[in-house]
Amino acid sequence: MLALTILIDGVVYASWLFIVALGLTLVFGVLKILNIAHGSFYAVGAYATASFVGWFGALGLAPEWSLLAMVLAAIAVAALLAPLVERGLLRAFYGRDEVLLVLVTYALFLILEDVTKLIWGATPYYVSDPYMLFGTVEFGLLSYVGYDFMLVAMAIVCGIGVWWGLNRTRTGKIVLAVIHSDEIASSMGVNVSRIYRFAFMFGIFLAALAGALTAPMVSVQPGLSVGVIVVSFAVVIIGGLGSIEGAAIGALIVGLARALAVHTWPAAELFSIYVAMAAVLVFRPEGLFQRLQARKI
Amino acid sequence: MSELALSARGLMKSFGAVVAARDVNIEIPVGQRVSLIGSNGAGKTTFVNMVTGYLRPDAGTIHFDGRDIVGLGPRRITRLGVARSFQIPQLALDMTALDNMLVAAACAEGEPSFWQPARSPARRSRAMALLERFALAEHAQRRVAELPGGVRKLLDIAMALTGRPKLLLLDEPTSGVSVQEKFPMMDTIVGALAGESVTVLFVEHDMEIVTRYADRVVAFYSGEIIADDPPEAVLADEQVRRYVTGDAVRAEA
Amino acid sequence: MHATTVRTVLAGGLVVALLLAAGLAMPDWLLFLATMAISHGVVSLGVVVMMRAGVVSFGQGFVFAAGGYAAALVANQWGVGDALLLLLAGGVAAVVLSLPFAPLLARYRGIFFAMLTLAISMVLYGILLKSVALGGSDGFNVGRPTLFGASIDGRANFVLYGIAVVVVGLLAIATRIYGDSVRGLVSLAIRENELRVEYLGASVRRAIAANYLIAAFLGGVGGALTLLALGHIDPMFSYWTTSGEFVFVAILAGHHSVLAVFVASFIVEVVRSFSNLYFPSTWQLAMGVFLLVVIRFLPRGLGSLWADRRPRAAPAVEAVAMKEAVR
Repeated sequence: MLALTILIDGVVYASWLFIVALGLTLVFGVLKILNIAHGSFYAVGAYATASFVGWFGALGLAPEWSLLAMVLAAIAVAALLAPLVERGLLRAFYGRDEVLLVLVTYALFLILEDVTKLIWGATPYYVSDPYMLFGTVEFGLLSYVGYDFMLVAMAIVCGIGVWWGLNRTRTGKIVLAVIHSDEIASSMGVNVSRIYRFAFMFGIFLAALAGALTAPMVSVQPGLSVGVIVVSFAVVIIGGLGSIEGAAIGALIVGLARALAVHTWPAAELFSIYVAMAAVLVFRPEGLFQRLQARKI
Repeated sequence: MSELALSARGLMKSFGAVVAARDVNIEIPVGQRVSLIGSNGAGKTTFVNMVTGYLRPDAGTIHFDGRDIVGLGPRRITRLGVARSFQIPQLALDMTALDNMLVAAACAEGEPSFWQPARSPARRSRAMALLERFALAEHAQRRVAELPGGVRKLLDIAMALTGRPKLLLLDEPTSGVSVQEKFPMMDTIVGALAGESVTVLFVEHDMEIVTRYADRVVAFYSGEIIADDPPEAVLADEQVRRYVTGDAVRAEA
Repeated sequence: MHATTVRTVLAGGLVVALLLAAGLAMPDWLLFLATMAISHGVVSLGVVVMMRAGVVSFGQGFVFAAGGYAAALVANQWGVGDALLLLLAGGVAAVVLSLPFAPLLARYRGIFFAMLTLAISMVLYGILLKSVALGGSDGFNVGRPTLFGASIDGRANFVLYGIAVVVVGLLAIATRIYGDSVRGLVSLAIRENELRVEYLGASVRRAIAANYLIAAFLGGVGGALTLLALGHIDPMFSYWTTSGEFVFVAILAGHHSVLAVFVASFIVEVVRSFSNLYFPSTWQLAMGVFLLVVIRFLPRGLGSLWADRRPRAAPAVEAVAMKEAVR
């Protein structure tokens, strides 16, 4: 019974982690930028969802429509922020040192922290409508909210969707080429800037979608972004920067490790994630699915 | 002390399907000046990389000064008395030529100090003296990024010599250097080595430089040594003419 | 002693004396602000020391927390009250805890170095957060320290400020001497071209490990000093955002001037305090914009305004240089 609980908890948490981390690993894979502000886009997605769901409710629409509101919120965030950030900011720093770019995204994170506070204020928002839409699911003595399983389904959809998009569509294959080497792709006539813009926008969309999906589960308030960032880093480092399969495996590992800790050794809940991250960095720095060069000597 | 500066036996090195070294055997006595020639990809730089510890041979042995050095890294091998310059000069671009030389001198002396000033008058004059030996003194205060290629090459080599090595490997010392500067540069280097029994290996594409400065020429092709003799003999060798210098093609036409 | 060393000591001594004198005229709130700027600045100084060898640590919170918690435990469990002893305890504890990681970290660069330092600091955070004995997320308090056996009540703000100025002043002078030293120059060369330094016979790994441990000591002292100034410690000392702030100040200051680090730290403290008072929800915005401006237009940091005078090369030469740079 305990094993089943851990398994289900782990998979649910892993699904959430996967959706969160997917955008991060994609943006790194294509643009080679480790985006600290990824967590901020997540938070903006959650806030935007709160607003959209609120508007839909005010329009008198049934709770089922709130799901559409979530997707629309994610799209809106991506459509608005991606061009602004990519063109207005990141482009000025392309080609510079990778750590420098991380610092630029850190500055962006700082800016967005306050911008969110200025737009939405500091009091928490509660987006309750969507949460009970899926009822409850019983597993013998255990009772789960259907919403959690919707998350799992969403994660699978996102994963398969991205995989299919990358491997089976023409644009996707071009993106894969850019991931492999933007120089070679560029010399073969690929408009690499356009791919960068597209990948970045899609990355923000995924971050905002994760935030949107999370909004009904938590109170949406300042500080959302901060915890998400580090845990996504852990997932992405464990799985391998730039790898989709890596993000999935990384998410599963972190999700299950956390679930295991929560139910057997609660004190280890947090540090187990980072011990795993450190362990991967020590023993297989490129992650489980990647072949980047991490060590110098 | 061995009379052989360098002795390599049975060296093998492959990168996947590419064979960079196939049973390479070389013995170089102390004080000899050897030029390594061969077209690009023939295995010359791989050989230099193996001798200096940057690459590990798949098989074979390398003895420097009688000592087995396979498996040692560049740092240990440098401390044993091997120095090398690079095809593309490896310098601290944002620092001045003098600072680069100060660093080279500091690294050569053992444990660098935690508190003694790097730019003390004593150290500066020693570094300036080293620069003067190579006619680089005028560039002392200029950032390396601003220096022309030939000057950087010379600085790279000058730095390699601060440790008073017994074996010096120069990777294409005159490539990227203008025609007028080639000979003066090589003369400067040879002059700086005068009086010390330094063994020199230099990778070269310029056959004039080779004939003028080498006692012995070793020609590489496809990872193998196809000729190993004094310059006149090697440059007349038919295989060398076909695979390295390209003379054979013209003769047949 | 060498002339430059004497100059550094005298200049540093002068700054310390001036700051002490100024402190006599400063109101309590300013004394506290300055103390915090110094106690945080010394941690950022450690970040700069590592930056001079080419690596950026995103996990100085680890040594900051280690120093703070160690000093707090020594004060509460062993009844040690002397401020100087507590600062020493903090520094030493941070170094001891960092020792096992030094040889490991010395093999990493770039993002991976940053991520590994981040992970280590978050592991400590996770441990501290769940540690009931250490107060969990609330942390715990310590009483006022003493100085040479005497109580500092009544003049606490000035005395703590004075301790900060003198102790960190000495550490800053020592760091400056180290930066100007042979090892310091070799570190800079490592930052530019570590392959070449290896080929010159120096150990890059040992240099980076040394810088890491020096930074650990500085960070530990900073953590202990912060503890004494606040009277309180909690796990947030090891959180990634805390580490981020240390990096922030280091980037702002650049790696060419020790003084710049403290100037930058002071600026950040002032902006933080004032914006919290008058324009809440803007100080991070301001800092973020400031950071971008510095990265874009003053990449060598504030310190380069006075400490790194050099003629800018013509653009064409720079472009060639960039292309020829290996790696």
